[in-house]
Amino acid sequence: MARMKFLCDADRCIECNACVTACKNANEVPWGINRRRVVTINDGKPGERSVSMACMHCNDAPCAAVCPVDCFYTTADAVVLHNKDLCIGCGYCFYACPFGAPQYPKTTNFGARGKMDKCTYCSGGPEGVDGSTAEYAKYGANRIAEGKLPLCAEMCSTKSLLAGDGEIIASIYRERVSTRGYGSGSWGWQTAYQESIDV
Amino acid sequence: MFNFLRAFALVVLFTAPAFAQNADRPAVPLTGFNPDKAEVHANEVLVPGLIGTKAVEGHIVIPDIRSATLIQPDGRIWRDYRRGPLLWIAAAAVLGMGGLLLAFYVLRGKIMIEGGRGAAVIKRFGSFERFMHWLTAFSWCILALSGLNIAVGRVTLLPLLGNETFTALSVWLKYSHNFVAFPFMAGVLLMLVVWVRHNIPNRIDVTWFKMAGGLVGHQHPDSGKFNGGQKMVFWVVVLGGLGLSITGLGLLFPFTVTGILGMQLVQVIHGGIALGMIAAMLGHIYIGSVGMEGAIDAMKDGVVDLGWAKTHHNLWVAEELAKSPHAAE
Repeated sequence: MARMKFLCDADRCIECNACVTACKNANEVPWGINRRRVVTINDGKPGERSVSMACMHCNDAPCAAVCPVDCFYTTADAVVLHNKDLCIGCGYCFYACPFGAPQYPKTTNFGARGKMDKCTYCSGGPEGVDGSTAEYAKYGANRIAEGKLPLCAEMCSTKSLLAGDGEIIASIYRERVSTRGYGSGSWGWQTAYQESIDV
Repeated sequence: MFNFLRAFALVVLFTAPAFAQNADRPAVPLTGFNPDKAEVHANEVLVPGLIGTKAVEGHIVIPDIRSATLIQPDGRIWRDYRRGPLLWIAAAAVLGMGGLLLAFYVLRGKIMIEGGRGAAVIKRFGSFERFMHWLTAFSWCILALSGLNIAVGRVTLLPLLGNETFTALSVWLKYSHNFVAFPFMAGVLLMLVVWVRHNIPNRIDVTWFKMAGGLVGHQHPDSGKFNGGQKMVFWVVVLGGLGLSITGLGLLFPFTVTGILGMQLVQVIHGGIALGMIAAMLGHIYIGSVGMEGAIDAMKDGVVDLGWAKTHHNLWVAEELAKSPHAAE
């Protein structure tokens, strides 16, 4: 099976936030939750870069390791998913996540966070049949089951955000960097996969 | 033919200096505009901030300011702590302390009232003192069990109960932890105010500790209302309880005073104090119940056997009798 990854080519990202909007629309993400976001480093200064970030579906995912109720699992595509029926909304996954991916529908105090929500790599969740209405309501779209990649990457206007098999997107990125002569790196790869793309 | 070409290409690659240079980089950009020469390498390690474990922060256009943290590699350190050391510390606090107490019980047995129970009793704790003690004690038990569940439930209870049942239990334990925290904090503050004057360490306590509190052997060092060990329990509860309250409030209202790294640290401190306190309280519960005859009466009925009081709190009994000759009846 493929090892699915995200890769944001920060030298191409124009901070249009279309990935954020596409994600919210494709998955009907509730108000206040952003499964994907664009962060701009060195805003307005030389060396400014924008990076689109969501769950990176880490190797040995920290969220899964710290979850007190063990509600996470990894799919055959190496996508990290969780079961909302088991989640108790303790917030530990947010402390552990290197990418700030876990989101909670409620922001009130006293532990009332609600069930955690995060990027599913557009591959739904553990809720009956793939692509069912129940699955959509709880976890969002299951594009992987339809043979499609996550919508954020699919509709990136500059093809900055890449999704797909890790080796394939790494080779695309490697080719880009060697052609144009620069590249600010595969953001988050060292942290998520303990590897970087050597060019 | 292709094999030959490939071999030729390899030879060229390894011998031609131009290629070798190219592989090393930084080289002149082949095409296009090079915005920053320092970023030629497509290697995340070179991204400023990621060399250490500092988080990469940026600018964000959505209201959730926590999202401005792009990468915080320290999340993995927190993960490793929870997966490894935390389990060992918890095991040492609960099983280690439990084993020590069991060994002590086997060796020393229940410490009986010397000469048996007499007819006379003396009032030891008033109803308000007992109320604040049990308020703290019951809420502490709920907090300790629900806290242990969050810390180690996954490796202990979860395999026994299965995912659904364990989640159903954990949700309620989580809510109890969050709300029972308030009676606990009230209890700790009350005990601090009411009992602090009896718990100032003095020279009598030094002797008490030198004689190991009479736990070993059959001698009984002098003691006032509270002996050295009880004073230690008092300060463990008050200081530990205040530490737990402060860090706990930080966890109840996440990200109000600190960021993601601070929250991780607060969580580790909260758990550390709690486990230390669990070990100490196991000792307290032991000696107050099965470990010593007559000790539980003080908190149960408020009155204790006069003989027991004279053995274990001689100075206090003398004080009480001096105040009112009819204190014991």
